[in-house]
Amino acid sequence: MGESRAVVVRHVTRIEGHGNIVVDLEGTEIKRCDLEIVESPRFFEVLLKDRPYDEAPRISCRICGICSVGHATASVAAVEAALGIVPGPKLRRLRRLNMAGEWLQSHILHVCFLVAPDAFGAASIVPLVGSHPDVVKRALRLKRLANDICCTVSGRHVMPISYHAGWMGYWPGPVELRALEEQLVGAAEDLDALVGLFAGFTWPAVERRTELLAALEEGGAYPMMGGPLHSSLGGVTAPEAYRDVLHEYLVDHSASKHVRGTEGTVRVGALARYALAHERLHPRAKEAAARLKLRPDSANPFDYVAAQLVESVQAHQEALDQVAALLADPAPEEPVRPSRPHGGRGVGMVEVPRGTLVHDYVIGADGRIASANCIIPTSQNLASIEGDMRAFLPSLVSKPSAEVAHALEMLVRAYDPCVSCSVH
Amino acid sequence: MTRPRVAFFSFGSCEGCQLQVLSVEDVLPDLLAAVEIVNFREAVDDRRDDYDIAFVEGSLVKPEDVAELQKIRAHAQILVAIGACACLGGVNAIRNRRPVTELARDVYEGRQDGVFAALPDASPLSSVVQVNYEIRGCPIDRFEFLEAVRSLLAGTVPYTPPYAVCVECTLRGTPCLLERGVPCLGSVARAGCNAPCPAYGAPCEACRGCHDTPNFEALGEAFFRHGLTRSQAGEKLQLFNNYREVRDAWEKAVPSSSAT
Repeated sequence: MGESRAVVVRHVTRIEGHGNIVVDLEGTEIKRCDLEIVESPRFFEVLLKDRPYDEAPRISCRICGICSVGHATASVAAVEAALGIVPGPKLRRLRRLNMAGEWLQSHILHVCFLVAPDAFGAASIVPLVGSHPDVVKRALRLKRLANDICCTVSGRHVMPISYHAGWMGYWPGPVELRALEEQLVGAAEDLDALVGLFAGFTWPAVERRTELLAALEEGGAYPMMGGPLHSSLGGVTAPEAYRDVLHEYLVDHSASKHVRGTEGTVRVGALARYALAHERLHPRAKEAAARLKLRPDSANPFDYVAAQLVESVQAHQEALDQVAALLADPAPEEPVRPSRPHGGRGVGMVEVPRGTLVHDYVIGADGRIASANCIIPTSQNLASIEGDMRAFLPSLVSKPSAEVAHALEMLVRAYDPCVSCSVH
Repeated sequence: MTRPRVAFFSFGSCEGCQLQVLSVEDVLPDLLAAVEIVNFREAVDDRRDDYDIAFVEGSLVKPEDVAELQKIRAHAQILVAIGACACLGGVNAIRNRRPVTELARDVYEGRQDGVFAALPDASPLSSVVQVNYEIRGCPIDRFEFLEAVRSLLAGTVPYTPPYAVCVECTLRGTPCLLERGVPCLGSVARAGCNAPCPAYGAPCEACRGCHDTPNFEALGEAFFRHGLTRSQAGEKLQLFNNYREVRDAWEKAVPSSSAT
């Protein structure tokens, strides 16, 4: 039996929210390996209770600043499913454009602001302003573009305003769309350079196979706006039946529930989507994947970063396509009225930057939410993060504690966990 | 002149206000040159406690939050509350109408121990410590944040408009939602956001709290005139202003017995 030591990182930096890494080692034996989630419970599922359904997207987007467009999208989809509203094609385009903006915003923030400092051996993006000004300026331009997409569609990126069941409260006109198009065209070069930069970085090799999940759209589009839940183990599940695949449970060290899949741990998010739907990518995104040497069968969680870069190119292309289509036919669509105004149960399942997001509401005949359940991508990934930490540790145990801590922080960060979301 | 040392902290929140701080893309390099960031967990590894100015997001929701905030107060010369959660309790305080046991039952299988513990009320920072300045909104407006930083660097008091959101709707030419029967709180809500919500098709929900002279009585009357109920106004106010002052003022002006 070897020497006992504890590796503890209180409040992992450069992630969203509060999480601690707690590892106990006895020689090379792992006694404990937890990602403690110590974020504050805000009880959003209870906050939604008894509120009028029109408020649901605006309340639930407050679950998370980074993912607020995703929550509004899942929330409005749940309300529409409950009320029997099928949104028209142009409405779907407008929402898809906004979602592409959020994907770009979230992925760029993670890749450039939170992860890139590790590649440059820096503690944050701040020193890079002086040492790598081009990298920082490029990141800021792309982030600004993503912000502008969401501001154009929904008034702002953090807490979108215009989401209603069956309609959008604002319809951008041709002048705004053309300005956006111009900005989008100019950004292609920045994305290209960013992919080139990351193609030169190498990350640790951690291999652990597990079930992958993504909600794949019918019609062959890259997964974003939701559809049946596909598993790498072969199962396909309707959104309403998500509980057949996603099993929530409590663990003592996490204010976020954990989620078990068909057999055990699951991965959701960019890497899972890439594995399950890489054929659906635009040729530009496929080319980025080739430059980044990203394999569809990758079992290395550090590849989340490359997958997010591929999806950044995809989101950029999607935004270009949606803007062009909206410009070709810019007149607003008529609101769609409920076909089941007495309410019922509705499930919204969409692919947000970090993975599959579920909002499940029951709406009463009084137009108020009777009950709500939300399952967050990061909650689904938590058990996998811990599994990967265990898989990573044997190659680290001979190193000093500070290095072990740093390596584990990088692993947690690779998943881009959104801790506030996961606790909600 | 030495650069002021700045720290960011968050309690129960979505961290969206900190994201707004990062969303001042065009001037972020200038901002980083003007101040020294010594603590900003969401974006920076360094963690020091020798800060001059602390920007604090979120409301107090966990038992340990109180001591943590008191520690920040002891270190900081200037403590600035950012966002609705920190200034007003925000959406977190919607839960204050229900006992914690009910929340725990619905979300955590009844558990209230360890990581599942929660204070009886979600509350703003000012319920526990002295707050020097408030930057309001859900989320904060990124340009208002920059203006506040500019004021603090110049040693002056950050400006918050004392008037109603209605003023800003009028200035930007947004048609009145209340007149169209939409339950909008613009007339009692504090301005400073440039009224984006009515312009993007949603009523003002007073996420910045109330202005200096809110007339709740008149708001109730206006709601009634436009075919809404007074209780709809109360219900809307509960979204962001469920913590004490506003709730009490509303209930005094429009007692629940008179609500239709």
